[in-house]
Amino acid sequence: MTEKTEKHLSEKFYDAMKGLEPRYPDKKALILPALHQAQKEYGWLPKEVLAEVAQYIGVHEAQIREVASFYTMYNLKPVGKMHLKICTNVACCLRGADGLMEFAEKKLGVRCGETTPDGLFTLSEEECLGACTTAPAMMANDDYVENLDIQGLNQFIEKVKHER
Amino acid sequence: MSAETKTLFAQHFWKDSNRTLEHYLTAMNGYESAKKVLGSMTPDQVIEEVKKANIRGRGGAGFPMGMKWSFIPKNSQKPKYLVCNADESEPGTCKDRQIIRYTPHLLIEGLIIGSYAIGCHHAYVYIRGEYVREAELLNAAIAEAYAKGFLGKNVMGSGFSIDITVHRGAGAYICGEETGLLNSLEGKRGEPRVKPPFPAVSGAFSCPTAVNNVESIANVPHIIRLGGEEFAKLGKIDKSGGTRLISLSGHVNKPGVYEAQAGSMTLRQIIDEFGGGVWKGKKLKAVIPGGSSSPVLTAEEVDVVYDVEPLMKIGTMMGSAAIMVIDEDTDMVKLLLRITKFYAHESCGQCTPCREGCHWMESLLHKIVHGEAKPGDIDLLVDVAGNIGGKTLCALGDAAAMPVQSFVKRFRSEFDAYVKGQKSHA
Repeated sequence: MTEKTEKHLSEKFYDAMKGLEPRYPDKKALILPALHQAQKEYGWLPKEVLAEVAQYIGVHEAQIREVASFYTMYNLKPVGKMHLKICTNVACCLRGADGLMEFAEKKLGVRCGETTPDGLFTLSEEECLGACTTAPAMMANDDYVENLDIQGLNQFIEKVKHER
Repeated sequence: MSAETKTLFAQHFWKDSNRTLEHYLTAMNGYESAKKVLGSMTPDQVIEEVKKANIRGRGGAGFPMGMKWSFIPKNSQKPKYLVCNADESEPGTCKDRQIIRYTPHLLIEGLIIGSYAIGCHHAYVYIRGEYVREAELLNAAIAEAYAKGFLGKNVMGSGFSIDITVHRGAGAYICGEETGLLNSLEGKRGEPRVKPPFPAVSGAFSCPTAVNNVESIANVPHIIRLGGEEFAKLGKIDKSGGTRLISLSGHVNKPGVYEAQAGSMTLRQIIDEFGGGVWKGKKLKAVIPGGSSSPVLTAEEVDVVYDVEPLMKIGTMMGSAAIMVIDEDTDMVKLLLRITKFYAHESCGQCTPCREGCHWMESLLHKIVHGEAKPGDIDLLVDVAGNIGGKTLCALGDAAAMPVQSFVKRFRSEFDAYVKGQKSHA
């Protein structure tokens, strides 16, 4: 039973949640904020972390997994240190997003949805990011990179490699 | 109205220093509207003023905002909630993002006034998960407002209390649908609810709730400042007051978020005057006028006044005022495949016609593009679309069906060319 009581989430997580608790009439409303906060600590949501979130909220683990799996931003598998999500929706597509995806796949040597063997990059396709007037755009972890072209994408990837 | 007051937002955009409380107080009559409302108006008077303003909801459905507020029951003993929809997920739309980035205090002040009008003491801003930085900026602005006593207990000595909490989504188009959003706020999968009951009766946490778009709420301080009638007059067409923020993207020289008085421009004028015309000197082929779910228009149809009713008359819609411009070189069949793929990906899976139908449409379009289609497949595609629209709990089904129906209707020959083998996937 020692495993069950072992904490995976930090004090910071519990402090953040305590701050949010009075802002909602129902603790279950903290599920999304809790998953965001947990993912911030781990980069993804391992099984033990989902279980701990469930314990904190007071629901069955399956309920947390059911919610987490509905949303694309919760990583149920590990991702690279830099998660590139290239938008290929209409506005970006009209301004060359397909070429960007092809380039990124070649440059990183992985297919869309995969992580580089060194764990540095994960490449994903993203649906509309709401950056349509600065298309094409991508998300690089929590930040937007807009008005992209192949040259800009190449530079961005090189910079990340350089700074690793 | 003088010439320089014809925009309400755009003059404050694109400059980072404009988002501060100091700028809002000194250059934008900041929190004067809230002060007036809390000091001298009844909730009913506020709703009456918003009704007079003729403001239609800016999220996509275009429902009159004052009317929406008036549906909140006054005698209910339950708490009431105002929920701001900042999910901004309809492809092509990126206007709310600019409001949050550059004029966040307009949104906060609008939330104070709206909350007072409907009797809410805790408002939520549901912001799409990808807007990480925007959520940070909004939280910073909210902290500024708390520090100055514009939020919290006894706002500006009025006795009225209001809290605002920013709640981040986590990547799901369907959470832009108001009941999907409410489920997501409650910590559930963002699956739309059966209506009725409507949110005004049973919304967030089973309490009466008004859900309004960011731009709608951010207009409320303007409505109080100008007066409902003056705000209504900004609109140059019946039943549409104020201005509209337009997200103009695709094949134009100058994509951007622009602002026009409602009904004051045609679609062609917007493309030419705001967008600087079609890029690279190309000819216009088509326009998606109101987000990717709105029925596509041909180049011959763009002399229409850009507002709710004129667009409805020609069989399309204004939606969230997201215009996507398409040049002569674009393959409409492939573009439709991309749009359909999106809706198939985003269908929440609750309703069979949408869950199955979207995938069938995507699969048929895939076959057409890859030269594997049979002669009847285009008609089958349209037939499937017809069996989704109007048969689902929420509007996602319609959103997926409308592009298919309109693309095939207006650009049929391009689909035929693929099926006949005259054109193939490069």
